[in-house]
Amino acid sequence: MNASTIPALVSAPKASLLRRWLRILGPFLGLILVIGIFSVLSDNPGRFLSAGNLRIVLAQTVIVALGAVGMTIIIISGGIDLAPGSVIALSGVVCALALRAQFPPLLALLAGVAVGGTVGLINGLSITILRVVPFIATLGMLGVARGLAKWISGEQTVNIPDTWLNSMAIAFPTPSWLLVAPGVWIAALVAVFAAILLRRTVFGRHVFALGSNEVAARACGIHTGRLKLWIYSIGGLLFGLAGVMQMSRLRQGDPTVAIGVELDIIAAVVIGGGSLSGGKGSILGSMIGAMIMAFLRNGCQLMGWPNYIQEIIIGGIIVLAVAADQLRTPGTEA
Amino acid sequence: MGDSTTQALQPPLLQVVGVRKHFGATRALDGVDLEVHRGRVHAIIGENGAGKSTLLNILSGAIRPDGGSIRFQGLSYHPSDPLEARQRGIAYIHQEISLCPHLSVAENILLGAEPRRRGWLDQRKMNQRAGEILKLFRHPNLTPECRVADLTLPERQIVEICRALAQHPSLILMDEPTSSLQRSDVEKLFEFIRNLRDSGIGIIYISHFLEEVREIGDEFTVLRDGKTVLSGRLQDVTDANLITAMVGRPLQEFFPAAARVSTSESVLSVEGLSSGPGVHDASFNLLRGEVLGISGLIGSGCTELLRAVFGLDHADGGSVSVFGKPLALRGGPQTRIAAGMGWLSEDRNGEGLALTLSVADNISLTNFRTCSHGGWIDLAKQRQLTKQCADAVNVKAPSMTVPVQFLSGGNQQRVALARLLHQGCKVFLLDEPTRGVDVGSKKQIYELIASLARSGNAVLIVSSYLPELFGICDRLAVMSRGYLSPARPIDEWTPETVLQAAIGSDVNGTSLSGAIPG
Repeated sequence: MNASTIPALVSAPKASLLRRWLRILGPFLGLILVIGIFSVLSDNPGRFLSAGNLRIVLAQTVIVALGAVGMTIIIISGGIDLAPGSVIALSGVVCALALRAQFPPLLALLAGVAVGGTVGLINGLSITILRVVPFIATLGMLGVARGLAKWISGEQTVNIPDTWLNSMAIAFPTPSWLLVAPGVWIAALVAVFAAILLRRTVFGRHVFALGSNEVAARACGIHTGRLKLWIYSIGGLLFGLAGVMQMSRLRQGDPTVAIGVELDIIAAVVIGGGSLSGGKGSILGSMIGAMIMAFLRNGCQLMGWPNYIQEIIIGGIIVLAVAADQLRTPGTEA
Repeated sequence: MGDSTTQALQPPLLQVVGVRKHFGATRALDGVDLEVHRGRVHAIIGENGAGKSTLLNILSGAIRPDGGSIRFQGLSYHPSDPLEARQRGIAYIHQEISLCPHLSVAENILLGAEPRRRGWLDQRKMNQRAGEILKLFRHPNLTPECRVADLTLPERQIVEICRALAQHPSLILMDEPTSSLQRSDVEKLFEFIRNLRDSGIGIIYISHFLEEVREIGDEFTVLRDGKTVLSGRLQDVTDANLITAMVGRPLQEFFPAAARVSTSESVLSVEGLSSGPGVHDASFNLLRGEVLGISGLIGSGCTELLRAVFGLDHADGGSVSVFGKPLALRGGPQTRIAAGMGWLSEDRNGEGLALTLSVADNISLTNFRTCSHGGWIDLAKQRQLTKQCADAVNVKAPSMTVPVQFLSGGNQQRVALARLLHQGCKVFLLDEPTRGVDVGSKKQIYELIASLARSGNAVLIVSSYLPELFGICDRLAVMSRGYLSPARPIDEWTPETVLQAAIGSDVNGTSLSGAIPG
């Protein structure tokens, strides 16, 4: 949406309050709708809604959810990152290589995350210093990171020894009191932390200001360049963490994994109410967006529908979600 | 004169009677009368906001009038869109250049009217037709094959004019066509306009510069507050008559009583500041407790001067010091804010406010230190502090958390002012602080400015609205084409002398504005 087209004359605080609730509740309603539809369609609603299936869906959501946390911060700031799929592969391979080299699992995990952060920092530098628009800078990085992943892995999957790092994405974890996969807890913690960061810190306010009006942000004395470096680096760290989760799920480092995942991540943010023109979005919304897509995938699988049907449905949902968001926003034109 | 008799026999080419237009509560046009004849250049003169651009927008079909009648070539004329205006024979040359930079000169000139042969583009005929139009200008570097991106600004202006001519118009509207031209190109343009005029085309010419109007115009109409106040033949009036007609309005009585406490302590001193094409060698001192005004017409460089002082545009030379401490010319706004300077943009939506953010966030954006600790925001404290600042300037908002986009224009401006209060600055740079706000809000803004100065701050205010400068300033300087005059006490100025200095007109034989670039 284009903020400058909003007529300042329309002052309807009550309607705006209603719209704000709709904006927050909208993705929730979407999620309930998706779950409801599949419960009805499915011959066996109990199976779709079973605790076991919910655990599977949540475990499947972890990678996209972690990526969506980083992407939400980037998109709120008015940016975009197309590299997460490649970064997930690269950091997964780095983490696997570290494990194979007998590094302690925690160190291997940190190595994977650090690689993601470094890639993000480089994206930030090319955006601020080389003045390449984010779309192009990260499109370039999509190729570079994927190539690096293939190079350092010798274009082969990297097998890893059995450590606790392999059980991050197990839907039925061994200490059964965990209830859901450890990765789900990690993603939830990261999401809560990011939501607080965006809502309650000066950094978060600056991110929103940057996306809402970059010129005004600069005039208010915000170091917009430095801020972008932080934003893309934090995003990169989270994509790196998603990569470690991906490796844990596959139990090997695979340089060809997660092709196109960046689009799922962006879709999750957009379904959750994020605006590609910046200044708008929420972690909670993005998490629900990620779950909507996971439930869709899972539902289609349970129904036995082929892959291409899933792709068509998810594609349609993305457009519908954004169209619904436009309807909820007053005074905007396409 | 011989042509006046033929003119009397012919009906006017364009006849505008009592045209009105309002936007919300603002009356942009409130009864405009205008007659333009074939083969004449008709100048429309008026201050900023007098309604000149609105009138041209109505004639070119971009907006519709609320009332009044327009006749063009003897027929009723009420175009529903710019295309219809063009088809009826009215061409509008905009102030801003609107060409497609990646296309060639010929493609731009014939955009939308490309010569075709069986559906295919006839490239040769296109270049040939564009060449014929370009020939009128006799500009050696300008060929139909040039890419517009490679052209200079004046050359682009010529292409823009050629595009208007390609439609064979009988009336051409020109809105400040010389604003981006050098003197030599202006002469070429004038020669060209005279050729057009002699071929029987009517021309409406808008300019701020009286000497230009005298050089090219035949008749004139003065607009003030959306009304026609004077019209006739240029040779029958003096510059002084025109200026009186443009200003001619009593100063409103709602300015706060002057209780000046200005000292001789300079808080902001600017020496020889130059920035880009807009600001040349500007020097001034802003004293503690005073309100210093800078007057200038649109495009005179006032806004650019403030931006350079605040570090938003890179200055090319000169010095800026606050409280005796020199600031890095390329330091950026954060160094200015740290030094106690605050800036209010003339473009509230474009670069002032973050519209999708809340009132509280917008107010605290320049200074989160008041309500944060170690990067954590104390939301309750933020609401409380920003509410105090918002109340001080009477922001009417349902809550501090409502996005600014849902407030009215006047309230948005108050939020922008509240930000400066919250920032705690001592030196206020205000660019058009009352633009787009209603009369009641204006009064409160004047009172705020006066009280800021009284409490020992310093205020620099740029405005194109003369009455407010006379109402609130202690001293005034005038900017004309990038040059700033020395600041003088407000009593030494009259609206007429300010306008003379701003226009660069030479009424009494002495130019007040100093050097004018050649």
